[in-house]
Amino acid sequence: MDDKVSIGMDSRRITTSQRETTRPFSLKKQPRLGESIIQGFLLFCGVLSMFTTIGIVIVLGSESIAFFRQVSIVEFVTNTVWSPQIDEFGILPLLLSTLLTSTIAMCIALPTGLAAAIYLSEYASRRARSILKPVLEVLAGVPTVVYGYFALKFMTPLLKSVFGEANVNIYNMASAGLVMGIMIIPLVSSMSEDALSAVPRTLREGAYGLGATRLETAIKVVLPAGISGIIAAFVVAISRAVGETMIVAVAAGAKPTFTFNPFEAAETMTGHIARISGGDLSYASIDYNSIFAIGLTLFLMTLGLNMISRRLVRRFREVYE
Amino acid sequence: MTEKQTDTAQHTLVVRNMNVYYGAFRAINNVSLNIERNKITALIGPSGCGKSTVLRSLNRMNDLVNGARVEGEVLFHEQNLYANDVDAVEVRRRIGMVFQKPNPFPKSIYDNIAFGPRINGWKGTKSEMDDLVERCLRQAALWDDVKDKLKESGLALSGGQQQRLCIARALAVEPEVILMDEPCSALDPISTLKIEELMMELRQRYTIAIVTHNMQQAARASDYTAFFLMNDQRAGELVEYGPTGDLFTNPKDKRTEDYITGRFG
Repeated sequence: MDDKVSIGMDSRRITTSQRETTRPFSLKKQPRLGESIIQGFLLFCGVLSMFTTIGIVIVLGSESIAFFRQVSIVEFVTNTVWSPQIDEFGILPLLLSTLLTSTIAMCIALPTGLAAAIYLSEYASRRARSILKPVLEVLAGVPTVVYGYFALKFMTPLLKSVFGEANVNIYNMASAGLVMGIMIIPLVSSMSEDALSAVPRTLREGAYGLGATRLETAIKVVLPAGISGIIAAFVVAISRAVGETMIVAVAAGAKPTFTFNPFEAAETMTGHIARISGGDLSYASIDYNSIFAIGLTLFLMTLGLNMISRRLVRRFREVYE
Repeated sequence: MTEKQTDTAQHTLVVRNMNVYYGAFRAINNVSLNIERNKITALIGPSGCGKSTVLRSLNRMNDLVNGARVEGEVLFHEQNLYANDVDAVEVRRRIGMVFQKPNPFPKSIYDNIAFGPRINGWKGTKSEMDDLVERCLRQAALWDDVKDKLKESGLALSGGQQQRLCIARALAVEPEVILMDEPCSALDPISTLKIEELMMELRQRYTIAIVTHNMQQAARASDYTAFFLMNDQRAGELVEYGPTGDLFTNPKDKRTEDYITGRFG
């Protein structure tokens, strides 16, 4: 104990004497190498995704240009037949199938996911949450190929038994869409729940203080306050459905067909890309270029969705702070 | 029974032997007091003494806190608010609340006021609602500030205006009692003064109970004052309760005297 005290006093004495002779510290700039390296690394991570996107756009664009030299854009967007063997390249059957399966999926995922989110954030006891949330996360972790066979082996027979054996094709868009919807529920519910939980408690109390019930508080106060996050969740969900590949490849069918009947087999854009690119395809062929044109269309669709969502979020935003 | 009737004839709320628990922790120990009709009752005391908990027990706001439990009775029109067959939603419709931080809904000023009537089954016409909104905003001394921007967000107002909007919103459901939980703690002195003047006005039609940190505010703007302190088990207890003038000029309890003279807290 005594030692420590004397050491402390000694060092203080040294610094005092230093101050008299030299400047005790310098305010000059000093190079901090570690700092710069870390900053550079962080910047690199930040721009990595940007460059990846640019790279994808360049590849999609250049290959698509080769495609559109041979097929006019007008034919591409108006022809209702996609059959590379006979030089028919109309995106509509693939697009329609993608839109149908996605719409079916959204009819399941958006209301169910939102309702689950409202339950979790406004009603569930701590116990119920502790059971429900992990179960939903498990649902989100199931590989999509498993969902694909779930659609084929469970949902399709179920649809057949409900709507009649003859009315439902073994491969059909309804089955794929429904299962895709189930797959997307956890995504919608967890993102929406985050949005709802971020709404301040004081707003809920304000509503309860006016004699609002739990439901009125949830629907008329919490939901509008969290709407921008919920819209974001919906858009991510739609993008996910449009881009989902494995379920539709397994269960929706492997032939581009222009049909509005969800019980028919029809190949989606993603399903077609997966099937064609998996086969033996020569790089110079128009078939090969065609899948980049489809890819570009998909890319533009999700880009458009993101832009719409940004606009919606800004418009509906109810800032609460 | 006759005793109860005389009680509730004079008093709007009668608290009898109330204990409040958060889980196993007893936050309030055996509080009994009467909130007088058409008067302002201030609940004062140092931080953590349970004054807010008592206030929130008067309209069952504590139901929303996980693990909160209330023992004893709170009588309102001869009915115990904590009886099994009482609907907390009905209670809160009649006993409104204004909170510490202004919490207008992220909606227009108009819709903030209209929210309460609408959820309580409003059947009137649009013009009747317009009248109601105007009346409530006038009562809350906010009409002149906002009459030209009723469609603008309530959050665009200043803090003091937001708090008056919250008061107007509470008035719109025509409660009998208004509970205020430190309504001025987030406001500047001028806004605070406006809220206090407003309380004096509202007293003629409503019964008001207010939690405040500010002893001057209690002395200025209340008719009755209840002083709370934490006991050795950290549970809040009512130390002294009486007309504000008496409590501040002639406190009966030594601890009250110490507190109001600024010796602690």
